[in-house]
Amino acid sequence: MTYLPLLNAQQMAQFVARGFLRLDGVVPEALNAQFLQEMGEIAPPVPGRGLMRTYGEMLAKAGVPEVAAGTPLDQAYPEGSALAKLVQLPVVAGTIRSLVGEDPIFDHHFLHVTFPPAYHEASGGENVSQHTHQDSTIDPRTAFDVQIMYYPHAVTREMGGTRFVPGTHLRRVSEVALGRYQNIRGQQHMVCEAGTLLFIHSGIWHGGGVNLSDRTRTMFKIRINPNPRSSRTQVRQFDVSTLVPQNQQRPIFYVKGPLPPSVEQTLMTPEPWFEQDTGRLEFLNRIRLWRYLTDDPTYDADYWLTRVENLAEV
Amino acid sequence: MQRQKILVLYTANSALDSPVIGWSVYDGTGETRPMAGDQDEPPYRTGVDALKDGWRLIQAAQLLPHGRGEEFDLAYLKYEFFFEQLVEVQP
Repeated sequence: MTYLPLLNAQQMAQFVARGFLRLDGVVPEALNAQFLQEMGEIAPPVPGRGLMRTYGEMLAKAGVPEVAAGTPLDQAYPEGSALAKLVQLPVVAGTIRSLVGEDPIFDHHFLHVTFPPAYHEASGGENVSQHTHQDSTIDPRTAFDVQIMYYPHAVTREMGGTRFVPGTHLRRVSEVALGRYQNIRGQQHMVCEAGTLLFIHSGIWHGGGVNLSDRTRTMFKIRINPNPRSSRTQVRQFDVSTLVPQNQQRPIFYVKGPLPPSVEQTLMTPEPWFEQDTGRLEFLNRIRLWRYLTDDPTYDADYWLTRVENLAEV
Repeated sequence: MQRQKILVLYTANSALDSPVIGWSVYDGTGETRPMAGDQDEPPYRTGVDALKDGWRLIQAAQLLPHGRGEEFDLAYLKYEFFFEQLVEVQP
């Protein structure tokens, strides 16, 4: 049986707090090359030719199968294909297992290509970044899907790698209704080496950047659901042996110096964009997600939920 | 002939002198093309700094009570301020 490197408690807490995990350069170069070869060449810009046409032809030609939504992930890709090998990499399989559990389900995938200025000039279109959005639609679940963003070649800042805002994943918004927000403090842009993976919570706010380089930028996305027929779905699927028992709450507000690293410290670390009042509600929502993932309905960090759950009047 | 430039600031609380945490610019003169992700540092430290620089406040987000059962729900940024500048352009 293949050893599956699971996420530890600290990595899970990072994901719960910030909504992403970034694994730099973990896909071997040979696999990146196989993937790009299977995707095929992208036609050069042709004056008067619409980009949607170029895109459509690229998707039709690329060596990516059409896969029915709801297919077991382990049946989604032909054995030996780059994408089958990708999801079978121990680091990938272990991260998927930790975040969505056993027998995960394929939701959808997409080949994202952003085109450099020459294509937009040829087509007469405008070269702009994508509006910030949350994928799919309003999602009130505590359970979540995971999206793998795969960067098969190096991405420079000029190429406009995926922009995302850490910590936005627990907000219930309606897709691109938030497109009005151009910039948010703490936003990150993917600049990475080839073979980098970004695992994101399905709720994170993100968008494609504008490509100002002289070559196309390719990113492949796979959305994965937890399996509702699996007995414990996402719960306690990470390396729970790394959980540190919580004997008491930490001192809060009046502390005489920095507190040591811990799951609580990670969950209670704000993002630069947090509003002063709703930032506290973000903490509550992180604690609730941690309770769900650890199957511990009594867990608290810094007393936030204990205080509001103290129903002394009844 | 005048055209409108719009600045939207999102602040850390409902006070106009609280720190800016998000921002957008829309340029009706067509001279610039602001877009998502084009700037990682805010153009002003606070909303008041934008006033000092000549921006006119034209709209501020209301403070609304929290519906029962929805007190902990989070969605869009709460503290939104719209500013404008009127800019002379050649016809």
